[in-house]
Amino acid sequence: MTRFLKKLYLVLILIFLYAPIATLIVLSFNSSRTRAKWGGFSFKWYVALFSNRDIMQALYNTILIALISSIVATIIGTITCIGMRKMSSFSKSTIIGITNIPMLNADIVTGISLMLLFLSVGIRFGLGTVLLSHITFNIPYVILSVMPRMRSLNISTYEAAQDLGATRLYAFFKVVFPDLMPGILSGFLLAFTMSLDDFIITHFTKGAGIDTLSTKIYTEVKKGIKPEMYALSTIIFIAVLILLLLINRHDDNKGEVNSIITTI
Amino acid sequence: MKNKIRLLTGPYLAWALAFIIIPLCMILYYGLTDRTGSFTLDNIMSIATDEHSKALILSVILGAISTVICLILGYPLAAILAHMKSRTGMILFIFILPMWMNFLLRTLAWQTLLEKTGVINTFLKMFGFNTINIINTYKAIILGMVYNFLPFMVLPLYNSLTKIDENVVNAARDLGANKIQTFLKITLPLSVPGIISGITMVFVPALTTFVISTILGGSKILLIGNVIEQQFTQSGNWQLGSGLSIVLMAFIVINMVVTAIFDKNGEGSML
Repeated sequence: MTRFLKKLYLVLILIFLYAPIATLIVLSFNSSRTRAKWGGFSFKWYVALFSNRDIMQALYNTILIALISSIVATIIGTITCIGMRKMSSFSKSTIIGITNIPMLNADIVTGISLMLLFLSVGIRFGLGTVLLSHITFNIPYVILSVMPRMRSLNISTYEAAQDLGATRLYAFFKVVFPDLMPGILSGFLLAFTMSLDDFIITHFTKGAGIDTLSTKIYTEVKKGIKPEMYALSTIIFIAVLILLLLINRHDDNKGEVNSIITTI
Repeated sequence: MKNKIRLLTGPYLAWALAFIIIPLCMILYYGLTDRTGSFTLDNIMSIATDEHSKALILSVILGAISTVICLILGYPLAAILAHMKSRTGMILFIFILPMWMNFLLRTLAWQTLLEKTGVINTFLKMFGFNTINIINTYKAIILGMVYNFLPFMVLPLYNSLTKIDENVVNAARDLGANKIQTFLKITLPLSVPGIISGITMVFVPALTTFVISTILGGSKILLIGNVIEQQFTQSGNWQLGSGLSIVLMAFIVINMVVTAIFDKNGEGSML
């Protein structure tokens, strides 16, 4: 009985979480332009999608920003964690404290504060300012993913490698780096996802003329969303779904997946 | 050697100073000055005006209701997931996958579901039930908040529940406690760090959102987030917007302090 109730509860939550997603997928096949009525099944928005230059440009910007910002954040975050190892606990907790600010602060405040900074320095708003902002909110995710790995690191193996004649750099890349890798990887993935899904901070730091998918959707909310957008998000969703199913099937990878999950 | 390694934190410290600390000081500066640059408290005090205080109170109420609903829905969910054998797959599918569908589109989909002639009402009519009309009301905004922020409640809860030693629970049962007693005396107190950080993680974004209220509340319902956003994108009154942001930050700081007191070991943290 309780088992049944548990299952039922999970199913209800799944319905709650997936109803809007199912709606979007259905809408992507709706040949009518409005959301209000069903005009029959059609693939036309999928065809139209690839010739819609605005959406393609926004997609390109979104991926470009997510990729560059998460790579830069991963590099800065990782070397910060390595550097923190030799620090006093006071400086360590200061860094962690600073790192927590963008995590706990409201996105709207972070967005506004960066906007005011760019305005007063006089940088032109565009991809550059969005990129700087995304790197800023991505670094904390990387640091907080790599830190636990760093803490559980066994420094003796690194010293052993040096005793056996490895240079410090060689020993680092052969011994320490592989140990940190799962943390670095999950930090990168987390940063990438956060950047991809961000709207609020991008909204305040993008300036006119530049759009990511999120900001494009927001401007379309009032005018009516172009159905091509549903088609695009359906494609992305199905692609990620397949990817997750593949990863999940490899049971030996479970540890890795687990660490990625718990970081999120 | 020791010092050289320490230098690796340099780039981040410089970055944090430029893009985290200084921007926050900019908000303080703008919030505490007028257009001519002289000191004033007017921007902050404007929270007391009818329009602004109404928006703030409404945001706090809606945020609090959403947080409570998230906790009520999320706790059993986290407990069920924590006791499942193959947890990874389930969590992946419940929480990570939806994040890849743009958050604005997901929220917008609720519009389609909730509209007067929307999907839910069509179903309800089909089975002869009364239709529900909650689109463009507070209820729709709360639903949107719960929908979007539920993962932020469940993940810290899940983390703190999986950390509870099975043996402690078994010991309580051995000593004669029934299920309810075990839960109240053992599981619940041990999951407090998760509850606290879940509350923070949900309340802050719920308090400050302007997107959910725009999409699901029509344009009539103004939350404090909407008021601030308008100051920057429409009115161009950065001073007033910054002043109101300072008020908002005060709420966030209180929230952070409470979290720090209850969660000293970072046990309930998301990461």
